[in-house]
Amino acid sequence: MAAAETQFPPPKVLTYPAATPPMLITQGAEGRLYKTTHLVPTRPCALKYRPPKPYRHPILDARLTKARLASEAKVLERCWREGVPVPAVYAMDPAAGWMMMEWIEGIPVRAGINAWLGERPEDGTEAPVVDDTPLVDLMKGIGTAVGALHRTGVVHGDLTTSNMMLRPREAGQANGDVGDEKNAKGKAVEGDVVLIDFGLATQSMSDEDRAVDLYVLERAFASTHPRAERLFTILLDSYGKTFKKAPSVLAKLEDVRMRGRKRSMLG
Amino acid sequence: MALEKIQLEHIPPTYQVYAAFFRDVTNTEFLHTQLLSRNSEFEYAFVDASAVISRLQLLSAVYSSVNALIVGALRTPNVHSEIVVSLSTNNNISEAYRRWGITPGKTKDLIVVKIVLPPANTQDESQPQPTQTPTDDAIWAHLTTNVKGTPAPLTDAELAQATDWPKVRKCYRLNGVPALDRVTDEDERRRRIETLAVMGMALRGL
Repeated sequence: MAAAETQFPPPKVLTYPAATPPMLITQGAEGRLYKTTHLVPTRPCALKYRPPKPYRHPILDARLTKARLASEAKVLERCWREGVPVPAVYAMDPAAGWMMMEWIEGIPVRAGINAWLGERPEDGTEAPVVDDTPLVDLMKGIGTAVGALHRTGVVHGDLTTSNMMLRPREAGQANGDVGDEKNAKGKAVEGDVVLIDFGLATQSMSDEDRAVDLYVLERAFASTHPRAERLFTILLDSYGKTFKKAPSVLAKLEDVRMRGRKRSMLG
Repeated sequence: MALEKIQLEHIPPTYQVYAAFFRDVTNTEFLHTQLLSRNSEFEYAFVDASAVISRLQLLSAVYSSVNALIVGALRTPNVHSEIVVSLSTNNNISEAYRRWGITPGKTKDLIVVKIVLPPANTQDESQPQPTQTPTDDAIWAHLTTNVKGTPAPLTDAELAQATDWPKVRKCYRLNGVPALDRVTDEDERRRRIETLAVMGMALRGL
């Protein structure tokens, strides 16, 4: 990753000794993500750091950083308690702008789906009949995870296949009943879906907000994985079965599609 | 010697963390009195083990206290009392002392944590510090003369024997939590309780 090459001053907390040096994983608009360790060398964690913004007034900056980290942590705790697949919060110092979270093994769902699609012939040629089951299962898994999230009263705010991890299942947990060759192919999209990056998450129970969440995912999915677009209905079907009000969210999604993400289009 | 020197990740090397575990402690009144009188020879965190699940949970509290000390955000008089309060999920200090602190006549199994601070105004952290700070032997000698109890290894297995699970569930508000109620495997349930406790502590006061 080229991102790791660029040197930013690390947060103060990461300047103290650790068994493995912290590694910069990614840089977003608002913050950076490091891989490091929590308490003991054998416990990997993700450290999210929101550096101070030089263009903001220091007092305002501190307050915003603190409030955003706190709200992200609260959403994660709420989800975790309810059994929604999200990383646990390990430690945080909102005033210093950092939060340590459970390190989720595996690859982003985006990478998994692309790896799967990569093995298929390019558009134009007639695709051979391929057993789609592993990808279909993944779509169902995403629908179930998003449904579980919405059921707890949280909307993610930035649902994309990059903000979901595909955590490998523990040995023995995998359904290894198919042949070896198929298994190898299916590996790319096999695993449990874990939702990550709740930096834009809000607490809401409204059909409208939930539908917009799905709409954002639908649009992101269509542009990231155009060749798998037709499978999106499977995701929605499984979402529809996850909680009582899910069908009305899906009905609302129709409206949102007609008009776009913004409800009021004035100006 | 059952005094353990613990190396925590992301802590300046000049801070030393020691911990020990005593079962069936009989002189809790005496120890409590020393704390109340701010006896400077008793700079320890005395933690009642009944609401402690595991090392990880304990070390989380130690880490957040040392961090609070470093950044100057202690909410209690010193780093040792901060450890007791850091085990709580809220900012009610007296409640935390009651739940995790030493209670005369009630505390049976006692975890002792000692943080040895760097000598004042140390600028250069890269230097190893064989200084006038107390030696491991001196700390252990002081503890064994003053804590009347049976030393035990500070392991998860040993801690689990002292854990009062209903108390844990109460302190960390774990009753009726879906993430726990759906689990049938006992080990998995314990891991989840630990995670929820650590998370509650991390989010203290938010």
